[in-house]
Amino acid sequence: MASKRRYRGIDQLSARDKIVVALMVVVPTLLVLWLVWLPAIGSVLLSFTNWDGIGPLSGIKSVGLQNYRDIATIYPPFWPAIQHNLIWLAVMFFIATPLGMLFAILVDRGVAGTRFYQTSIYLPVVLSLALIGFIWQLIYSRDQGLLNAITGGTTDWYGDPDVNLWAALVAATWRHSGYIMLLYLAGLKGVDPSLREAAKIDGASETTTFFRVVFPVMRPINIIVLVVTFIESLRAFDLVWVINKGRNGLELISTLVTQNVVGEASRIGFGSALATIMLAISSVLVFIYLRIAMKED
Amino acid sequence: MSVTADPVEDRTQALLKPREGGPQSGRRWFLPVILTVISLIWLFPLLLALVNSFRDYAFTAKNGYISWGGFTLDNYKNAWSQGDFGLHFWNSFIITVPAVLLTLFLSACVAFVVARFSWKINLALLGFFMAANLLPPQALLIPVYRMFRSIEVPFWFSESGTLLNSFQGLILVNVAFQTGFCAFVLSNYMKALPKELYESAVIDGASVTRQFFQITLPLCRPALAALAVLQTTWIYNEFFWATVLLQQGDKYPVTSSLNNLRGQFFTDNNLVAAGSMIIAIPTLVIFFVLQRHFVAGLTLGATKG
Repeated sequence: MASKRRYRGIDQLSARDKIVVALMVVVPTLLVLWLVWLPAIGSVLLSFTNWDGIGPLSGIKSVGLQNYRDIATIYPPFWPAIQHNLIWLAVMFFIATPLGMLFAILVDRGVAGTRFYQTSIYLPVVLSLALIGFIWQLIYSRDQGLLNAITGGTTDWYGDPDVNLWAALVAATWRHSGYIMLLYLAGLKGVDPSLREAAKIDGASETTTFFRVVFPVMRPINIIVLVVTFIESLRAFDLVWVINKGRNGLELISTLVTQNVVGEASRIGFGSALATIMLAISSVLVFIYLRIAMKED
Repeated sequence: MSVTADPVEDRTQALLKPREGGPQSGRRWFLPVILTVISLIWLFPLLLALVNSFRDYAFTAKNGYISWGGFTLDNYKNAWSQGDFGLHFWNSFIITVPAVLLTLFLSACVAFVVARFSWKINLALLGFFMAANLLPPQALLIPVYRMFRSIEVPFWFSESGTLLNSFQGLILVNVAFQTGFCAFVLSNYMKALPKELYESAVIDGASVTRQFFQITLPLCRPALAALAVLQTTWIYNEFFWATVLLQQGDKYPVTSSLNNLRGQFFTDNNLVAAGSMIIAIPTLVIFFVLQRHFVAGLTLGATKG
């Protein structure tokens, strides 16, 4: 390269270039700072105050951990919501995600008609969870639903607090496992075929090969799938909100926060404390996700 | 990943390619049968909605749902007029299109800087955007809601007088949330572009603006297309922010307007089915026509390159 001497590297910038680069970074940064990070900090700070949401911000007093104590003791929907979120997570983690992985493994074997199988299983992924709530109403509705028509029962699957969480979870699983299948399938295709060859030559069975060879080398995608599952379980909202706005057996932390802000009774302190709990849990997950996603750098 | 490779095409091919050493053993019929059963179970709820959306309520009320016949197009006509879908589709359109374009542009800017320069701060910058994409939106609701309510804008900008209940506010929130994911995917893609391209551009005296618009963006076209398809689906499907930040039912995009329809449609499941199908059509069209891009966008984010 003859020009190497006068050329001083590609990071060399003119004054005008510096302004352009600065703008390219600063504009998106400010937007995200304003609409994501400042609100996140705001939620945490508000959770330690008694602001009623009506008076001026100057009238705010710190109340320490009072909001958290109140949530745990005198806010009836809180513990059910925690329980429902945990059940949600457990079902996604123990059923929906393994199901998606299993589908990916089956589809990955490449029998004829792969395109049809893949397409059918991840079709629900393009639908919003709100819409899925509606589509499943055709199955769950008490008077006109398919389920009761077949069984002759009279259960109100969306209304009965004993069963509606499970009904919602079936619908959520329907979508989640398709999503996981797609992510996992992409991961499986990335596994070096020579690893499988080697295992085969060594006489390992398909099952052994998967658990001893393929699964371990897919560690990054395994973790990403897990974190996605946790985050989606924590953020679950749309489905239960269209069913009954998260009441009567379908309380989730996300719906409680929303009810405390836009509902009739606006309790900012409560809502913020709940939001802070969500933020605390998700920040751990985000941290893990970022470490994996950026590891190569 | 080389410059010339089309990640969309690569991924489509990769996902369909039969694996070496596939099913050669005894029970060859077993796997296709299992997969067919699973596929049919997975398709069933949608097929049920599709079939019932064409059936007359009086007929199914009389003969029950496990019957055949009574086909009509009236449900679609009624759902369209009762649900005011013309208005809501227009709302979805004027929210989704600017939001997708702005997201792609801003994230391309961030990704360009991160990929083009080797600065120490780059990783932190990318993390700053990506983490924002993963936080639960409900946890940020209170400050965003209060902020939007207190920010006054001129009436020509939004007829509500504040950012709350305005399309612009909703678009900005969507952009802020989605930028992280796109910036991550695009920066990975841009990092794979050979540095020599920029070297010769710098030697030729091309400004950063020109490098960005004339070298980087055109080469990223496949990744941008994949992300555009994915983001269009996501923002069209976005429910939470639209529901809480737009307070008038007539401003709701299609996905949030579902909530309004619930009461009106409650007694007639066939009408619900028709309404659901109308709402699903744009995403289903994307799914069947642009499937390759959708899949590529989704998997580009989870698996590198």
